Amino acid sequence: MPKRNALEIKQLKKFYPNGFPALKGIDLTVKANDFFGLLGPNGAGKSTTIGIISSLITKTEGTVKVFGHDLDSDQQNVKRHLGIVPQEFNFSIFETPMQILVNQAGYYGVPFRVANTRAKELLELMGLWEKRNSMAGGLSGGQKRRLMIARALVHEPKLLILDEPTAGVDISLRRLMWDLLQKLNKDGLTIILTTHYLEEAEALCKNIGIIDNGQIIQNTTKKELLSLLPSESFIIETTKKLPKTISLSCTQHQTLSDNSIEVQLNTEQNLNDLVLELNKQDIIVKRLSAKANRLEEVFLQLVEDPK
Amino acid sequence: MIKEQYIGLSTIARKEVSRIFRIWIQTLLPSAITMTLYFVIFGSFLGSRIGQIQDISYLDFIAPGLIIMSVLNNSYYNVVSSFFSAKFSKSVEELLISPLSPSMIILGYVMGGMARGLLTGLIVTIISMWFTTLSIYSLWVVISTIFLTSLLFSIAGFINALFSKKFDDVSIVPTFILTPLIYLGGIFYSIESLSPFWQTLSKFNPILYIINTFRYGFFGISDIPVFESLISIVIAIFILWSTAHYLLRKGFGTNL
Ligand SMILES: Nc1ncnc2c1ncn2[C@@H]1O[C@H](COP(=O)(O)OP(=O)(O)OP(=O)(O)O)[C@@H](O)[C@H]1O
Ligand SMILES: [Mg+2]
Repeated sequence: MPKRNALEIKQLKKFYPNGFPALKGIDLTVKANDFFGLLGPNGAGKSTTIGIISSLITKTEGTVKVFGHDLDSDQQNVKRHLGIVPQEFNFSIFETPMQILVNQAGYYGVPFRVANTRAKELLELMGLWEKRNSMAGGLSGGQKRRLMIARALVHEPKLLILDEPTAGVDISLRRLMWDLLQKLNKDGLTIILTTHYLEEAEALCKNIGIIDNGQIIQNTTKKELLSLLPSESFIIETTKKLPKTISLSCTQHQTLSDNSIEVQLNTEQNLNDLVLELNKQDIIVKRLSAKANRLEEVFLQLVEDPK
Repeated sequence: MIKEQYIGLSTIARKEVSRIFRIWIQTLLPSAITMTLYFVIFGSFLGSRIGQIQDISYLDFIAPGLIIMSVLNNSYYNVVSSFFSAKFSKSVEELLISPLSPSMIILGYVMGGMARGLLTGLIVTIISMWFTTLSIYSLWVVISTIFLTSLLFSIAGFINALFSKKFDDVSIVPTFILTPLIYLGGIFYSIESLSPFWQTLSKFNPILYIINTFRYGFFGISDIPVFESLISIVIAIFILWSTAHYLLRKGFGTNL
């Protein structure tokens, strides 16, 4: 039997009650066990899509299937497979993390004892054990996000959808979260992630879809997406003050300061040639850095100019 | 499958009941205080001047109405405020994304409403024993009226919460519809004592039937036919339940 797709969206449209067309007919397929990045600028329609998948927003048109279960005809099975981490906090600030997790498990039919054990494990995993009995309203922003991730996992879903899970999470915790998500993915969990940190998408995702203005403008592997990049910019810092004129045959360059320049390399060119050429002119390269994250550059080019 | 739904239902019910006890100053205490005041003022201070109604002492006459009024109010208010708070804090999404069926969600909240309604009913009954010498004429009528009323108004509170968009909307129906109907529903008087015009008008007040049926359970007398009113309450329960179920299933007031 071929592996079923974790998510299959066809011609999904959403008009909000005020008539705003947030989704204009998107098609999206996420394979089982994928780590999928759903990227797009503010207002693109990411949260709307996730809202529809999670039954919180009523779609206007189109079909949604989760592991083969149709949202229209088999909503309960769709719900059973999903774990959702929403963009905005949506727990009661008067409940404790422990209560929130145990109750959420209960809503999915997990017996109380099992729920209790799992809640304990997840709170420990998320570094919230000390806070288990404090009111959720008193948690810090990053702690609240982690609470929502724990909550989404407590009923052991097969498809985890995270809407900007690392917004407001500090750098070291973000790394821990990446490790955790990657481990869950290795263990068989399908993950869909939206994020505005493109280095996050680059580090984690296998496949990437870009949505803009309610339409999917790219849906491909991360590798292929990166190969769309016609050129990359690097910043070169030199040991000594640069001469007035530098001649570089392989590429164009701009002088940034007395001892740094910016160069563009296309896919055929390589850095080694460039460094050798600089060396010939008695210029020693001290540091080299990419100007921007590569995915970020593709993203900006695609979103600014979809064609 | 059934077990899954059952665990979900008991999770909501447990959460709702513990909420009642956690904030008992808001949920249980007010009825106890207001009802004590009613008994003291209307019963002891004024009652002696009013004399008897239908051969019953005034204090005894008003006691059933006061009990059922707190059952009704508390059932309604518990569900509307708890479910609306869940909507307001968005924590209702925890339920909406789960595989719990709409019936279980409504039932869970209704059980919370009934717990508070029946509990306050019990508290007021105990208080009334201080002031009155109520004896029961038909236990069957007393129990079924109190149970059905609590059920009916819990469901009504749920529908109110679905329609509410802001905190003001939570109290519009209780303040502008429920309270007048309760006060005009013959808690403090028999409609026999009213002019024909007001008597006819009163017959359109559903709460009159509830109060009179409940009072019948104690004294065996009523302004209206008892059995028919009980049937009407059951019919109203079915209608409101279907409405609540339909609205929740369609995502009315919860989905965008
Ligand atoms: N309730 C609503 N009524 C009307 N329009 C809405 C509503 N919610 C969202 N929108 C609009 O739909 C569009 C898509 O919103 P959505 O929240 O899906 O964007 P997003 O991709 O998640 O953006 P962000 O990165 O900022 O979270 C936006 O233009 C937004 O203004
Ligand atoms: Mg969003």
